[in-house]
Amino acid sequence: MPEHPPPAHGYPGRLLVFEGLDGSGKSTQAALLGKWLQARGYRVFFTEWNSSELVSSTIRRGKKKGLLTPTTFSLLHATDFADRFERRILPPLRAGYLVVCDRYAYTAFVRDAARGCDPAWVRTIYSFAPRPDRVFYFRVPVQVTLKRKIASRLKINYYEAGMDLGLSDDLHESYERFQTRLKQEYERLAESDRFTVVDSTRPVEAIQSELREDLRPMLENFPTGERLVHDG
Amino acid sequence: MTDRTYGTALPGMPSEPLTGKLIVIEGADGSGRTTEVALLKTWLEIEGHAVVDTGLRRSDLVSAEIDRAKQGHTLGATTMALLYSVDFADQLENKIVPALSAGSTVLADRYIYTLMARAIARGASREYARELYGFALRPDLILFLDARPEILLHRAIAKYGSLDYWESGMDLCLSRDLFESFFLYQDRLSREFEWMADEYGFRRVDANRAPEQVHADVQQWVGPLYGGARAVVPRPARKAFRASVSRARR
Repeated sequence: MPEHPPPAHGYPGRLLVFEGLDGSGKSTQAALLGKWLQARGYRVFFTEWNSSELVSSTIRRGKKKGLLTPTTFSLLHATDFADRFERRILPPLRAGYLVVCDRYAYTAFVRDAARGCDPAWVRTIYSFAPRPDRVFYFRVPVQVTLKRKIASRLKINYYEAGMDLGLSDDLHESYERFQTRLKQEYERLAESDRFTVVDSTRPVEAIQSELREDLRPMLENFPTGERLVHDG
Repeated sequence: MTDRTYGTALPGMPSEPLTGKLIVIEGADGSGRTTEVALLKTWLEIEGHAVVDTGLRRSDLVSAEIDRAKQGHTLGATTMALLYSVDFADQLENKIVPALSAGSTVLADRYIYTLMARAIARGASREYARELYGFALRPDLILFLDARPEILLHRAIAKYGSLDYWESGMDLCLSRDLFESFFLYQDRLSREFEWMADEYGFRRVDANRAPEQVHADVQQWVGPLYGGARAVVPRPARKAFRASVSRARR
């Protein structure tokens, strides 16, 4: 099966997607950009892909019984994303909002591919998700994300480390290997799906002003909402 | 090994051949599917075959989520279709494949075709449904119990005294009238079963008749899977078989 990037959406809104490894800085940048857009008077809707109750409870159960396979894992996340898409992304997009997504279907593409699912099949499953107007990919060495992770004292969870793949018994080593696989997949997609690649080893401010600069042409003719908050 | 499945094979599938037989019984609610599955199981076991039966929405993984979603009616069409596919994939990997590997016959009370028809009736494209379930194993035999909508209606009334909300496709808002919705929905489903019958090679069984007659036809199709010579129940088994027919009908 050949792989095809999804078609454009054709709705009045705009879909801006932030992708990258955990600890790549994408969430920080997405939040800052959202603030800026709002301050400029645009109607902005912000959404992030964290596992919902549906997925987390099922995964908990599946893990206990050892039932989850790459396929059920993949379909379960697809179900979760479909729910998020149908309820949180599509309505504002149709209503003409700037929809800022912290993670989109590409997150699933890279994770599922790293778990051995056929990339073309995964794309088909997610074919209900249209092509975003912009995908910012935050490129960063795996080592840097690991350092950020340790510095922020966030615990590395089982699936983040790809422990289910049996790459290594050591959590840190497994994490590094799994994230390296994810990065390879991201790099492949950056090419095929024309991501806007952002060098995320630079200071936050520099990256943010680059993003704003990049979006200016797209925003030029995009209507602002009624000013509910009047100008200072 | 992709010819075992319709499309892309799943990661982690056993590479050795699956020696058991996969028999699928499809048909609407009221087509006599469940009765026939029981009869066929008994017959095959009397013949000496190990039988594992399976159906939709029986996996431990997400059946509770499906029930909850149905009660709340909150999930969108794509989400619902995918949720069912999780359930199916789970059963395929954790139940059907291991049973077939062990040489058992797997008797499936509905399979991907019902799931596809339902998803398409709710707005998915045929292409999407086909690809989504591309990982499904090709059955050795697909029997389609074909009954007229009027017959289905009468059986539903006789059994439950009413029509089921979901089997009438009320969530589709085709009509506010339950009966009208039932006919419109069944019509949509049979349109989908129509093309699938050709594409996937359904064996059509006239299910407008009594269970014994349906079962006799089914035996004619199933017999050849096991060498074919004995499509007739051996004499000592007949009594046990007749008893199971009347049990199943009760």
